[in-house]
Amino acid sequence: MTPLLQVSGLNAWYGESHVLQGVDMTIEEGEMITILGRNGVGKTTTLRTIMGILRERKGQITFDGKDMMNVPLHRTAHVGIGFVPEERGIFATLTVEENLMLPPVVAGNGMSLDEIYDLFPNLLERRSSPGTKLSGGEQQMLAIARILRTGVRLLILDEPTEGLAPVIVQRIGQVLKTLKERGMTVLLVEQNFRFASRVADRFYLMDHGQMVADFPVAQLPERMDTLHKVLGV
Amino acid sequence: MTMIFGIPIQALLGQLLIGLINGSFYALLSLGLAVIFGLLRVINFAHGAQYMLGAFVALLLLQYFGINYWLALFVAPAIVGIVGAVVERTMLSRLYKLDALYGLLFTFGLALTIEGTFRYLYGSAGQPYSVPSLLAGGTNLGFMFLPIYRGWVVVISLIVCIGTWLLIEKTKLGSYLRAATENAVLVQAFGVNVPLLLTLTYGLGAALAAFAGVLAAPIYQVSPLMGTNLIIVVFAVVVVGGMGSIMGAIVTGYMLGIAEGLTKVFYPEASNIVIFVIMAIVLLIRPAGLFGRDA
Repeated sequence: MTPLLQVSGLNAWYGESHVLQGVDMTIEEGEMITILGRNGVGKTTTLRTIMGILRERKGQITFDGKDMMNVPLHRTAHVGIGFVPEERGIFATLTVEENLMLPPVVAGNGMSLDEIYDLFPNLLERRSSPGTKLSGGEQQMLAIARILRTGVRLLILDEPTEGLAPVIVQRIGQVLKTLKERGMTVLLVEQNFRFASRVADRFYLMDHGQMVADFPVAQLPERMDTLHKVLGV
Repeated sequence: MTMIFGIPIQALLGQLLIGLINGSFYALLSLGLAVIFGLLRVINFAHGAQYMLGAFVALLLLQYFGINYWLALFVAPAIVGIVGAVVERTMLSRLYKLDALYGLLFTFGLALTIEGTFRYLYGSAGQPYSVPSLLAGGTNLGFMFLPIYRGWVVVISLIVCIGTWLLIEKTKLGSYLRAATENAVLVQAFGVNVPLLLTLTYGLGAALAAFAGVLAAPIYQVSPLMGTNLIIVVFAVVVVGGMGSIMGAIVTGYMLGIAEGLTKVFYPEASNIVIFVIMAIVLLIRPAGLFGRDA
């Protein structure tokens, strides 16, 4: 079986700075993958490059057998990849519901508005408020919820728990588990190691613009030494 | 004769009306500028030329094809809008990656080219465009004589302004536009064709300017330079209202038109500069403009 996402020899640059230096990774359909690594090793850049936001790139990205390197940014979502950025990207001039309805539906298997409001009752209550009037946790829920409507197959999440209270982090963990039960594939960058170890199936460990290790969650105990060394925790 | 503050009421109301009519043009034009600036981050110096083109296209449609005012009100903005969209697609869009100054210089050059070409072809003298017969004549309001056409300009421009505002604030297309104004890359990552949205927006802005031009043709005559003087005032309006604020552009357009009209009554010598004085004061107190967000 071909993996849903295959990345090989991926290089990317921010101007002069060579950030990704040959990233290789594969994600099978239905997997939940977490990229671990210290600040500045290229985790967010990996996500942005796969998404096609960062265009100064070389290498190979195939999604469901399709070559993604020449797909323009506004077609990436239609191929089946959805993105929740680190800064969440909630629009201040749009209401909560407008934010929710903004991303075009790209496939029929997305959640309906009712299902989303069932999963996130807070959003229903506040649907007419401006998007940025929500609390940080609610904004993160909204950022995830609006991608779930679109029916993408791969959800890319950049540090979903950053700066959120423990109870909200737990709630996001539950949401991710629900998504997994529905067969969604998720690629996650996460600093919160405890959170990541609860939700992920497999880890990639990143250092200096490359993936230096990958292992399933079951091997976590025996990998702790490597993790300590690379993460510096 | 009834007097208010030592001014005959007829003179006061007359200037108020003139102010309201000028304000209608300020509002329509600054609305287009604000929409374009909001999304494209381009200061569209060609806006005055597009206004002039609207009037000229209406005039030429009448002369060569016998197309009357009412049809021209739709056809001329459509033609100018399409030309604007083509210009955006083939030329302006190449400049987005560069400093914003290049967009400004390009549209400034475009304005000079268009206005120069029309001056070469038609001379700088104004050509009359007659008021449509349905709107000819006037009505006596008791306190003053109101030419019907001018009343029409105030009403229709208000309708178009509100319609545009509703399009941007209340529709799906408008939500794309607002979101892309905040974060174009993310909207594109969601699967919205933002380059196409930019083209449509520039076309819409140009069409709004052309619509104002058709409305202006029977009042101010049609001349290649009719947009040049107006556009400077309109830029001041946009600065006072706040760059990129749609409602700000509309409200400020009417407000400054009226302020100008009232100045003509109370202190005529200052009427040409009052808008710029207001602009200077607003810039000192609220640099982001009256309705600007990041004050």
